Amino acid sequence: MIRLPEPCGPLSEGVVRALRARPDGPHAVAEPRAMGDVEYPLTDRDFQLALWMLYELHYGGFEDVPPEVEWDPLLIVSRAALERTLEHAVRRLVGPVSVPDGDITRALVKLTTASGPSEVARFLHRRATRAEFCSYLRERAVYHLRESDPQSFVLPRISGAAKTALAELQNDEYGAGEPSRQHQLLFAQALTSLGMTTDLTSYVEEAEGATLASVNVMSLFALNRRLRGAAMGHLAAFEATSSIPCDRILRGARRLRLPEEVAAYYDEHVEADAIHEQLAIRGICARLAEDEPDLTDDIMLGALACLAVDGLAGDVLLQGWQADRAERTSREAG
Amino acid sequence: MKRRVSVVECPGGPLLVRGADEVVSADGSVAAVERSVVAVCRCGRSDRLPWCDDSHKDRAKRKKKRAQES
Ligand code: FES
Ligand SMILES: [Fe+2]
Ligand SMILES: [Fe+2]
Repeated sequence: MIRLPEPCGPLSEGVVRALRARPDGPHAVAEPRAMGDVEYPLTDRDFQLALWMLYELHYGGFEDVPPEVEWDPLLIVSRAALERTLEHAVRRLVGPVSVPDGDITRALVKLTTASGPSEVARFLHRRATRAEFCSYLRERAVYHLRESDPQSFVLPRISGAAKTALAELQNDEYGAGEPSRQHQLLFAQALTSLGMTTDLTSYVEEAEGATLASVNVMSLFALNRRLRGAAMGHLAAFEATSSIPCDRILRGARRLRLPEEVAAYYDEHVEADAIHEQLAIRGICARLAEDEPDLTDDIMLGALACLAVDGLAGDVLLQGWQADRAERTSREAG
Repeated sequence: MKRRVSVVECPGGPLLVRGADEVVSADGSVAAVERSVVAVCRCGRSDRLPWCDDSHKDRAKRKKKRAQES
């Protein structure tokens, strides 16, 4: 179990206070910042951290927070309010969703082929310093230390061939019968090989708002049954835009002569995600749309949301590296 | 129990193979199958043959390959 992160504003303070309240007492998130004040929820650290903590109650939970709190009705009310704001922001960012002729396979293939390796992957491949590469791993740790866990919540919410395909994909993420091959553990080993902690809270405390948003969006989709289509579309877009970037990042790790454990994580994902992409698009999403045609647009929404929100998180990282470089140059010049 | 081996075609991409033990390439080299489902490259552009590495989607690579062939 992990420790509660340090809050960074009124919303996250409210959540921490509520979680620390007497176990039998009321757990309302006191005085939340008026939602109207949250202008850009997708990059608002305070907002995203508050929601991340409320979601974490459904995953591993926190030390010193009684487990009953997971289903505390007042906290669920607070979570729902934050989720509404997040969902609205995601839908606005994505814009109108359409699936030509209802052909979800074609739409997903087209969407994920158009996007080549991301700017971030290109930067890590050719330009990043060791420190910049490590700062990337620190941001990504928020997800990779919990890799694939959100999507596991969707298993009981779908059925038939789509369920079998999701189970097959998740099995691979969880080591295919070999505990030491779990992708979460491979990432933890990469961190350890660099002398970095595997304590999730430390990374959450440092993460950008947009990074927390990219993880929260997965929980939003996976923990709300009505959004199961979006959860699977998100998974498909994630897997289908992973193999080529992971190859670039792998080359970056080799260029910087980082420990083999770092390379191993990305090496595994070049091969695995080329498989997962097919499982997710053809095995899961296509079959889900067949079984439940009403979910077709939601599947597309999830895929678009993945690319848009992860793209935003990537932009924030790139801007940060550029700003740091500019500052260093001007300091050296001045 | 008899194990089923199945091959699923992914248009424009690899073959998904379940239940195989090895893939033998034209040059006789043998790649052991170490996962429950593998993606076998069909386009020949992969850097990790016989496995698919998504190069079938890589625009730059597609162009390079075409230039080499002509
Ligand atoms: S089929 Fe994917 S790289 Fe050849
Ligand atoms: Fe993975
Ligand atoms: Fe994957």
